[in-house]
Amino acid sequence: MKATKYILGALWAIAFVLGLVGIYQRLTNGHMLAGYGSYVVWGLWVAAYAYFVGLSAGSFLFAALVNVLNVQELKPLTRAALWTSFVSIAVAMMGVVLDLGHMGRAFSLFFRPNLSSMMAWMGILYAVFGLLLVALAWFIYKRNDGMVKALFMVGIPLAVAFPGGGGALFATLSAKPYWHTPLTPVFFVVGAFVSGFALLAALAAVVWPKRTEMIRLMGRLVIALVAIELVLEWAEYSIPLWYGVSPEKDLLMQVLTGQYWWVFWIVHILLGSLVPIALIWWKPKSAVTVGTAGFLTAATFLAVRLNIVIPGQVTPELHGLEKAFTDHRLTFAYTPTTHEWLVMAFMVSVAFGLLWLGFRLLPLIDSKEVQPNERAA
Amino acid sequence: MAGTQIPPLPAGAEQPDVDLLLRMSADLRRALAKPLNERRWVMVIDLRKCIGCHACTVSCIAENKLPPGVVYRPVLEEEVGSYPHLSKIFTPRPCMQCDNPPCVPVCPVEATYKRPDGIVEVDYDACIGCRYCIAACPYNARSFDFGEFYTSDTPGGVQAYEKAPTFEYGKKRVREHEDSPIGNARKCHFCVHKLEEGMLPSCTSTCIGRATFFGDANDVESLVHELLGKPNVRTLKPEAGTLPRVYYLI
Repeated sequence: MKATKYILGALWAIAFVLGLVGIYQRLTNGHMLAGYGSYVVWGLWVAAYAYFVGLSAGSFLFAALVNVLNVQELKPLTRAALWTSFVSIAVAMMGVVLDLGHMGRAFSLFFRPNLSSMMAWMGILYAVFGLLLVALAWFIYKRNDGMVKALFMVGIPLAVAFPGGGGALFATLSAKPYWHTPLTPVFFVVGAFVSGFALLAALAAVVWPKRTEMIRLMGRLVIALVAIELVLEWAEYSIPLWYGVSPEKDLLMQVLTGQYWWVFWIVHILLGSLVPIALIWWKPKSAVTVGTAGFLTAATFLAVRLNIVIPGQVTPELHGLEKAFTDHRLTFAYTPTTHEWLVMAFMVSVAFGLLWLGFRLLPLIDSKEVQPNERAA
Repeated sequence: MAGTQIPPLPAGAEQPDVDLLLRMSADLRRALAKPLNERRWVMVIDLRKCIGCHACTVSCIAENKLPPGVVYRPVLEEEVGSYPHLSKIFTPRPCMQCDNPPCVPVCPVEATYKRPDGIVEVDYDACIGCRYCIAACPYNARSFDFGEFYTSDTPGGVQAYEKAPTFEYGKKRVREHEDSPIGNARKCHFCVHKLEEGMLPSCTSTCIGRATFFGDANDVESLVHELLGKPNVRTLKPEAGTLPRVYYLI
């Protein structure tokens, strides 16, 4: 077990150092080392932003729902879920700020917001959500159960609104038919539930491996949510493709059979959906299977976000535009560069680092709630 | 009469003694004498006269000192038919300066807006570089300034001409460090800095086929007003509901 810890620690350190290299490159070279351009304007970092926002909303909704609905078996996870939510929203904001052309002007969003812009609304909602989390932490610390419950009640619509609004940020653009569907915001909300709950299943398995009832319940939730996600995706793909005649056909086939077919089939469907379902089905009370399943679903959910953000931009708005001007930024092809992955490594390592620090320093787990025989070895 | 009736050529072209550029310059001077909100700048592009020389693209790049990755007016090329019956369609694509611009309401900080004369402007000092407006444009008419230079890999480093100042929106700027317009969304603005000094946009004055026309559509005597009355006037993607101010004669 000690060896595992050292290995994980070493992996984290490598990711963090590589991430620092990425941040240094970003600060010294601006956007020059990134692979996106003037046609595919949003790349890996925007997908990462959407991913972490989903994790944040999902974790919060978990904490809020188990408290409001009084699910005793899952209540011990509340504070861990809230910390996960806080870390995720912080990392999401880091991703989106790093993506800006002028990072120093990020705060002008609050000084001169354009209230018709979904992006301005998102900035406002994230800020309100951050304040809500701080207030919640305060009242939990003060053991003011009434205020905690009230803030959870207020937080539920907020935590549905900001991933939903994040989806609407894409969906409201009529110029992008792949995004411009009423299903997109729904996808983002369901995705928040799937990825957030799955991450907490993994955390539960690490912290309380011997609480079989908690593990079993988390496993069931993950299966149910992954199933809902798959049904929605079936709708998304089967309806435009059913008769084989539709404006969306080529684009959807590009996702299913194009250069990055494996992102959908191998990463998302196989590793993120089918393997987790099979693992939980196989041993529903085992912390190892449920934890692995949760981790797989949560980690691979980045593929779902990438498969929304990138394909939406890879078709020219006007026929012939792709050949009108030869320039590496004026192309409809996009592959994240090493630099973008390094910055991504920074985001992920900061997220894991903060999570770990939280578990070490903050009272996320009440010692009374953990029996001596329950602690992971 | 058998066969297809070819739409009549623009009036100016029927009068060889009238130079179209001089006529448009006179139109421009009349427009500038009016208050800003009474001008309605439009562009008309005759696709039958465009020969695909890309002179407009190049002159625009030279005028606005556009770096790699930024192009305001590419010319789209499309082949039609098969040998021996084939032709090419050339479609210059400036910013459409839409009357219902999708790029404006999406900007989170109101850094892009429509001027009273209809030009959609970008405030480089306010733009945060989020690129939402670029994603929102159904014509791909906006691009992002990555801070690159064409000559950065040459032995002598970045050449002086790439650091020559731009005067977009009437403000002198040099592209260096991380200063705007580096890190901003950029787009065609009908050369508004030239317009206000009484000069036609660069694409219009350099079009060797005289295929690009510019002027004030509120002026009934202007060339563009005359052209907009033709039956063969079209806009790009009318179904997008953007109400473009760039018209095509087909």
